[in-house]
Amino acid sequence: MNAATTQKHPLDGMLRTDRIPHIWCPGCGIGTVFSSSLIAISSMGTDPMKTAVVSGIGCSGRGAGYVNLDSYHTTHGRAIPFATGMKLANPELTVVVFSGDGDLFAIGGNHFIHAARRNMDLTVICVNNLNYGMTGGQAAATTPHLAKTSTTQRGNPEGPFNLPLLAYACGATFIARWTMLHTRDLTQSISEALTHTGFSFIEVLAPCPTGYGRKNKLKNSDLLKVYQEKAIIKNGANPAETILDMEQGITLGKFVEYDRPTYADNYKSVNCD
Amino acid sequence: MEQTLILTGAQAAAEAARLSRVQVVAAYPITPQSKIPETLSGYVEQGALKAEFVRVESEHSAMGVCIAASIAGARAFTATASNGLAYMHEQLHWAAGSRLPIVMPVANRGVGAPWTILNDCQDTISQRDTGWMQFYCMNNQEVLDLVIVAFKAAEKLLIPCMVCFDGFLLSHTYMPVAVPGQKEVDVFLPPYVPFHTMDGDNPVNINPVVTSEPIPDPDGVLSPGYIGFRHRLQKSHEGALPVIRQAGREFGQVFGRSYEDPLFGYRAEDADFVFVAMGAIAGEACEAVDALRQEGVKAGVIALRIYRPFPALELYQALRHRRVVGVIEKAISYGYEGALASELKAAFYGKGGPMPLISNYIAGLGGKELPTADLVEAARQSITAAQNGVVPEGAQWIGC
Ligand SMILES: Cc1ncc(C[n+]2csc(CCOP(=O)(O)OP(=O)(O)O)c2C)c(N)n1
Ligand code: SF4
Ligand SMILES: [Mg+2]
Repeated sequence: MNAATTQKHPLDGMLRTDRIPHIWCPGCGIGTVFSSSLIAISSMGTDPMKTAVVSGIGCSGRGAGYVNLDSYHTTHGRAIPFATGMKLANPELTVVVFSGDGDLFAIGGNHFIHAARRNMDLTVICVNNLNYGMTGGQAAATTPHLAKTSTTQRGNPEGPFNLPLLAYACGATFIARWTMLHTRDLTQSISEALTHTGFSFIEVLAPCPTGYGRKNKLKNSDLLKVYQEKAIIKNGANPAETILDMEQGITLGKFVEYDRPTYADNYKSVNCD
Repeated sequence: MEQTLILTGAQAAAEAARLSRVQVVAAYPITPQSKIPETLSGYVEQGALKAEFVRVESEHSAMGVCIAASIAGARAFTATASNGLAYMHEQLHWAAGSRLPIVMPVANRGVGAPWTILNDCQDTISQRDTGWMQFYCMNNQEVLDLVIVAFKAAEKLLIPCMVCFDGFLLSHTYMPVAVPGQKEVDVFLPPYVPFHTMDGDNPVNINPVVTSEPIPDPDGVLSPGYIGFRHRLQKSHEGALPVIRQAGREFGQVFGRSYEDPLFGYRAEDADFVFVAMGAIAGEACEAVDALRQEGVKAGVIALRIYRPFPALELYQALRHRRVVGVIEKAISYGYEGALASELKAAFYGKGGPMPLISNYIAGLGGKELPTADLVEAARQSITAAQNGVVPEGAQWIGC
């Protein structure tokens, strides 16, 4: 396509278009989550230049490289500590963490629980594709019991985290879960999370046809069908009662939103300026 | 029965682990290592390998599991690369300090920042001082063979061992590899007999805090202070080469491929100019040597298979009568030069007598192509300078 016929995408202004084409496979769900995030950021009404995006490593983590804002592609698992440093150094910034399930909950799980405990004012968006996509679809801390991956060829002997429950138990003050198929709800939740003061967590289910899909004989459209047919939308659901089960159902919605002092508030209360 | 298969380096490492009958595998995926744990998890599931496979959540945990498994008396194995190895750093010291014979292939890859998935050896060279032994492979046959040799040597010496091989250049490249039969490997590498095992009837406290001075343990036996433990590890390293050589010789007796010599030479017998290198880059140097020989330059290669313990005496003997040596490295010790070049120069210190002029070339970082012509040019540069009794000063960067 020559320049004359190339249409501008409405989000082009938010993208580093020189980095496109991106690395994401056909059928990958990350792009949709990424678009939702960009739409939410650009519709915030605040100066997008006061927003910074931090990613760890993985296919999802590539998000930081494509967004035309201040962004940081950190080491694997460390997006949250980087984001914490950024927020504390410049409290005016809205800091968004955009990363994968493996990055945030396997190698980086420790940071998640502590940032939630502190109620750090961050928005954490986790693309949960149920595996380590980038390295070839190995079992992660989110892989369903008995699911097949390249390191569990006969089925995963372990069980996954219930991420909303984990976030709740650790003290997160905004918690939602959607699939990338529920784009409008997702965008809405990200917008709310961005304006929420405190630790916000949004889990987004997204297909990885190349890794998880292939190993579990799920065609590109199969997981999307599961997302559509098994969705149980239940805003305000008790995180302990949310389920993520390809047969029994997937609880979606905004589950938690409440206020309590953030890390910065508590810090100010004991430290002189 | 030996069988020749077409294998990648990663597959060769996995085959070696299977043949070594490793009992615990704990690994976290990272390019270009991922095929090793993937293959082994499959073997465990199929029952082809009687081992526990632990899908840990990070490299730090991978080494933690291996350390504990090894203390409990199991033959423990993991594999990693790049930032994964860097993330393991604390546990690397811990494994060596605990004197545990863990074997770990590393599919060499550059270390971020900035991110690269491509090959160089900065990852393992940066772990040089953790107390691990380090072997470097030139081809996939060596990957398979040296993992097995590493277990044999490590278990005799109680020192863990990294078997380093270039990411992509070896890890993802198919080559014919002779895969020995299980029976023969069992003869060469009998089951691991741990120095001590966990035993509920005799509870022990492992790795208590020590002081700077020796103190009696609960049984009244004088136990070294911190420096004493460090000294013992160093002494074991100093005595390790003969043990590794012996293991390499026995391997040759059983399988016909001897690794007795810590060095590998190519057209080196009469060479005035010698490239010194480790890993796949040594293979590239061989091609440059062929080109130089065609020009009438008496060139050769001497490659190190063993980097830690450092074969200083062997290098001294192999190189002292050469005119010029060009050390090519895929890693740099920032603020000075390539570590191998420094160490090679030190091998001549205080020996008196002749020694070659030694130049240092840094090349191939982060997968940077290293054309044969550039190596030939580097050799010419060093040889020309040497006519005036000097070589280029400091590390010369190729391709920058
Ligand atoms: C310390 C370290 N270990 C391992 C890796 C290799 N690695 C890169 S991405 C990744 C997993 C990514 O999984 P996830 O966060 O779920 O992202 P996805 O690719 O699925 O979007 C791994 C293990 C690394 N870069 N650094
Ligand atoms: S490997 Fe999976 S997660 Fe990564 S881009 Fe492809 S489909 Fe997406
Ligand atoms: Mg993932």
